[in-house]
Amino acid sequence: MRLHEYQAKGVFADAGIPVPDSRLASSVDEVVAAVEDIGFPAAIKAQVHVGGRGKAGGIKIATDVEEAREYADDILGMDLKGYHVDRVLVEAGVDFEDELYVGVTMDRGEGRPVAMVSEKGGVDIEAVAEETPEAIAREHVDPAFGMHPFQARKAVYDAGIDRDIARQVSSILTTLYDLWEDTDASDAEINPLMVTSEREVVAADAVLNVDDDALFRHPDLAEMEDEAAGDELEAKANKYGFDYVRLSGNVGIIGNGAGLVMTTLDLVDYYGGEPANFLDIGGGAKAERVTNALDMVFSDPNVDSVVFNIFGGITRGDEVAKGINEALEAFDEIPKPVVVRLAGTNATEGMEILNTELVQVEETLEDAVQRAVKNAEEVSQ
Amino acid sequence: MSILVDDDTRVVVQGITGGEGSFHTEQMMEYGTNVVAGAVPGKGGQEVKGVPVYDTVHDAVAEEDADASVVFVPPAFAADAMFEALDTDLDLVVAITEGVPTQDMAKVYRRLGETDTHLIGPNCPGIITPGEAKLGILPGNIFSDGNVGLVSRSGTLTYQVVDNLTQRGIGQTTAIGIGGDPIIGTSFVDALELFEADTETEAVVMCGEIGGEDEEQAAKFISEHMDTPVAGFIAGRTAPPGKRMGHAGAIVSGSGTGTAESKIDALNDAGAPVGDTPEEVADHIERFLS
Repeated sequence: MRLHEYQAKGVFADAGIPVPDSRLASSVDEVVAAVEDIGFPAAIKAQVHVGGRGKAGGIKIATDVEEAREYADDILGMDLKGYHVDRVLVEAGVDFEDELYVGVTMDRGEGRPVAMVSEKGGVDIEAVAEETPEAIAREHVDPAFGMHPFQARKAVYDAGIDRDIARQVSSILTTLYDLWEDTDASDAEINPLMVTSEREVVAADAVLNVDDDALFRHPDLAEMEDEAAGDELEAKANKYGFDYVRLSGNVGIIGNGAGLVMTTLDLVDYYGGEPANFLDIGGGAKAERVTNALDMVFSDPNVDSVVFNIFGGITRGDEVAKGINEALEAFDEIPKPVVVRLAGTNATEGMEILNTELVQVEETLEDAVQRAVKNAEEVSQ
Repeated sequence: MSILVDDDTRVVVQGITGGEGSFHTEQMMEYGTNVVAGAVPGKGGQEVKGVPVYDTVHDAVAEEDADASVVFVPPAFAADAMFEALDTDLDLVVAITEGVPTQDMAKVYRRLGETDTHLIGPNCPGIITPGEAKLGILPGNIFSDGNVGLVSRSGTLTYQVVDNLTQRGIGQTTAIGIGGDPIIGTSFVDALELFEADTETEAVVMCGEIGGEDEEQAAKFISEHMDTPVAGFIAGRTAPPGKRMGHAGAIVSGSGTGTAESKIDALNDAGAPVGDTPEEVADHIERFLS
């Protein structure tokens, strides 16, 4: 789960990391009130889940009230890479001399957390990591102990951070690691960490992504989830508790298990079709979940045909068949042709109860996918 | 022959009194697995499907001489269950639980390094030596005894590929689902090393997917250390960058590594042909064996 900048900054500030004075605003009047309070220059920043907000026109610096009004009017309500902007963060502009980077993430290859510091902040840190990896100092952390203060100091010295601010930066890195651990984050980053002309450091941006699997122990963070932040269908999938990704094609795909669903997508592509979505109903799905999955896929206007690919292990074929029947019997006419392939646990029982007047049945994965691709071609013509 | 499990393996089921735990204990026993005990705090003294339940894994090991465990414990308590299993020096721990927080797994993985235990999973279907034993949730009926090893990050994809093999009369030595999470106990390299040392495994199927760099590391291992031929499959060729495709692990970073293309290239370069479809993987294996 990804927090908005204003939410992440709240968490960072609570932990003791210095952030600029700011207000959240959702109307032009609120922005004007905020800048009058904070002073100039003031940054007006769209609060949406997309990278590169600045380049896309989602961040502007106002130097007087007129500009603030104008920028607020531009940004509020704009469509930023497919996301509607309904809130902005109004923040005191920082007069800075340097921009640094600090971050904590899980190094999955090592199976350990890693803390990172660079004096090349303020830019695309992924490009820095790729082109000049030596510009980022890295310190792996033993998760049993957490980050020792000496490790934070070492990373800061290795990154060549100026001596006069080394202490402040290492203290922020230690705090950032602790909050990364406390919140079960996958990533916690400050980019840029600005150094002012008074040689104070301030977090000018804040990224905090929390492990979805750990949200059960962070009800306060789970409440911050912005369900309206994504695609409408993705929000619906979220409500149903599906792993769902909307894609650009017209063949709707439902299956069990991420690997098998991805393989089904790949085969749709291989046989000349285009996947409309990735939808994993997960393990052990009961009939209702299957019904919801069909509802999801049918509510995507781009879908011209559907393929259901189930290989039961923990999931039972008879439950799946029951769900398909229930979902389809509710229609006077099936919205789009559905191909079903059932294998594995209780597949034989499933095939016996499946209402084959409503669906097409194929024995193998390859045949099912080819038929669905053909159906989509016919429907779209 | 087999790796890690056979009909001598003595299994304790952690979480045996839960819905999944009891259902799959029955399934495992029907398959022939030697389930000797269950371990559930506070439920010591009960019986599930005729299997005695103990309060601790320590008691189960002491009383029933268990040497492997299968974990069917909910995600919030799964890491603790794995720590408990590791504390008893079992040879093998198989963690089925899906949704274990990544930071919990980092701690378990760190502890694992201090032991001689093999941990498989979490978020995996388990391990099966056809005709002898299965530890986990794999549907036993699709497997058959033979000479092909299989290692996969995805459960249902394992079933699909095994089905393609079995339909052609190609049996398996052992099949392992290692799980799709970012931090797992047994990696591709660990499993490949075991298959390479197994005299009966004549060919290996490796099913990978987008995300991480485990497949790239496996390719390096194959080219440097393996005589046994390997055929690969990589799921997620059509996945868009930056989107999480089900598994926590299955996300393409967008920076070139972790993509299906980089994994397929690495395996092909290592002499391990990658099939475009599961059928093509079976074609490669058939060719290796002839």
